[in-house]
Amino acid sequence: MFEGVMLGLSTALTLQNLLMVVGGCLIGTFIGMLPGLGPMSIIAIMIPVAITLGDPSSALILLAGVYYGAIFGGSTSSILINAPGVASTVATSFDGYPMARAGKAGKALTIAAISSFTGGTVGAILLLFFAPAMAKVALLFHSAEYFALMVVGLSAIAAFAGSGQVAKALMMTVLGLMLATVGESAQFSAARFTAGIMDLQSGFSFITLAMALFALPEAIYLVLDPLRSKTGDGDSGEIKELRITKEEAKSIAPVLGRQSIQGFLIGVMPGAGATIASFLGYAVERNIAKGEDQAQFGKGSVKGLAAPECANNAACTGSFVPLLTLGIPGSGTTAILLGALIALNVSPGPRLMIDNPEIFWAVIVSMYIGNLVLLVLNLPLIPYIAKLLAIPRNYLIPFILFFTLMGSYIGQNNATELLILVGMGVCATVLRFANFPLPPLLIGFILGQMLEDNFSRATNLTDGVSFMWERPMTLCLLILAVGLIIVPSTRAKMAMRKRKGVALGD
Amino acid sequence: MTLDRSIAFIFLILCIVYSYTAFISMEASLLPFERNMSFLPNTMPKWLGVLGILCSLVVIFNTGPEHAHKPGDGDINYRRLGDYKIGQALMLIGAMLAYALLLRTLGFLAATSLFLAGGSAILGERNLKLMIPISIAAAFFIWYLVQEVLGIFLRPWPFFLG
Repeated sequence: MFEGVMLGLSTALTLQNLLMVVGGCLIGTFIGMLPGLGPMSIIAIMIPVAITLGDPSSALILLAGVYYGAIFGGSTSSILINAPGVASTVATSFDGYPMARAGKAGKALTIAAISSFTGGTVGAILLLFFAPAMAKVALLFHSAEYFALMVVGLSAIAAFAGSGQVAKALMMTVLGLMLATVGESAQFSAARFTAGIMDLQSGFSFITLAMALFALPEAIYLVLDPLRSKTGDGDSGEIKELRITKEEAKSIAPVLGRQSIQGFLIGVMPGAGATIASFLGYAVERNIAKGEDQAQFGKGSVKGLAAPECANNAACTGSFVPLLTLGIPGSGTTAILLGALIALNVSPGPRLMIDNPEIFWAVIVSMYIGNLVLLVLNLPLIPYIAKLLAIPRNYLIPFILFFTLMGSYIGQNNATELLILVGMGVCATVLRFANFPLPPLLIGFILGQMLEDNFSRATNLTDGVSFMWERPMTLCLLILAVGLIIVPSTRAKMAMRKRKGVALGD
Repeated sequence: MTLDRSIAFIFLILCIVYSYTAFISMEASLLPFERNMSFLPNTMPKWLGVLGILCSLVVIFNTGPEHAHKPGDGDINYRRLGDYKIGQALMLIGAMLAYALLLRTLGFLAATSLFLAGGSAILGERNLKLMIPISIAAAFFIWYLVQEVLGIFLRPWPFFLG
């Protein structure tokens, strides 16, 4: 492991990669602060730039920097104007905004930055131990197990992401898998499901799909409801007094310890991610707190601010474990990162540590550096970065739309791609109206091709689908996948039946 | 019918067409030697088609009015779209389509400047003196960044200027 860390340091500490970390964190913070633009949209917009870099380590370091920056930027807008740009920072606004209204915006930002730093750093240390161990186990897997593992991943994502509506999430996953079958198939170069359209011969572009699913609906939501983007009202005000007292530091220290570990473990689970980690972190800390402390929650408690901030950053780091070791993304954001890696000709999975150790370790080391950059560089800059919140939406929205269009255009230089983007973006917006979860769709799309590749290999080896019950590990994983789908839906049904017995309130 | 159900119904139709292609059209176009192979281009689509039909049926039968999604505070209530800026949203979508169709003909600089200025005009910006210079400067800056720094070709001028 020591050698690995040294290798990571030597890659991450080159001038170019340091610039990538700093640049990524700054860009992420800048854009993440704009209400309505989450890490998924920002990373999707940044992918063409990262791919042009050519070097997978630099690209991943840049994108990971953007990811942390965006989460940090999201917390800033939650605290300053109560407009969380990202779902995972909603819990931050519960206590952050009351603090800012009480004139303690500077202090709230400092606590947020320190908590994010601690969460991210502890997460990175845990990743250092978790990832190689997991990769070792994963090396024993064959294509049959991989196929089953991907099915488990997809059903876990459907089970967790659907917020009780498993069928809807599953439907989105299947749609994603179907979209992945458009174009040439595994082992055969014949095109299928292209409806005779030449541009679909090589399938849908992943960047276009990512933009259409996240960035475009978000922008359309901003247009539809101007209250979502509370920019341009000059409400950000002056930010002074960034220091925190010793007592405050003492009171948040145990919170940070607990939430870094809890957040990380939640982040490792596919489908759970930063949002659940932050809400759970907030709830746990509120329940643990006693008397006066508990009453402060929701009115500007430092603990209430530190808990979700720490947990969401630790979870972000945790979500890299399944991505780097199994090649299975646990969240929408890591799915986009996976797509970017594939575009750079790197296939994440247990072989990543052996084939491209420099990428694996550089990403881990860059996480420390990224967290440090966020703390040292961004904190003093926050008062200036916050001026961005004063850009009028009349200018902001056309630019967001333009960057979305550009992102999918410059990768392909094909105007048809733009038409597909707009069409899919409108469909995705309608799906969002009806609360269909979109991350399972993208994850299904990205895993689709790998799923089919592994399925075809396993089928050819056993001359049929008998591998599903002949290999014990495959069978166990497939049973687990079915369980993951059935248990939550039966539970939801039972809860529904129970509720039916009780008279509904007015 | 709730929006959830309508979407599931459309998905059901899509799955039926998809399955028809997988089970019948693709099967018919297989070559004789391919018929004995254990994995074919339509193997996975067959599974997906059936799974998709099952999922959409579950959503159709399980999401009655009592299950339908009720928009929360931050959500958009699709039943009252008229209360939102739907006109602006539709016009911007139109502007994006126009941008996609005119990008090649007008060239990057003209199309982008027009899109940015038009977009802010749709959103209610009336300060032409500020809006037009910002759009043109931004288009030039981005073109320079993409073409000269990143090295990705973007045709700057209209088709008749080469």
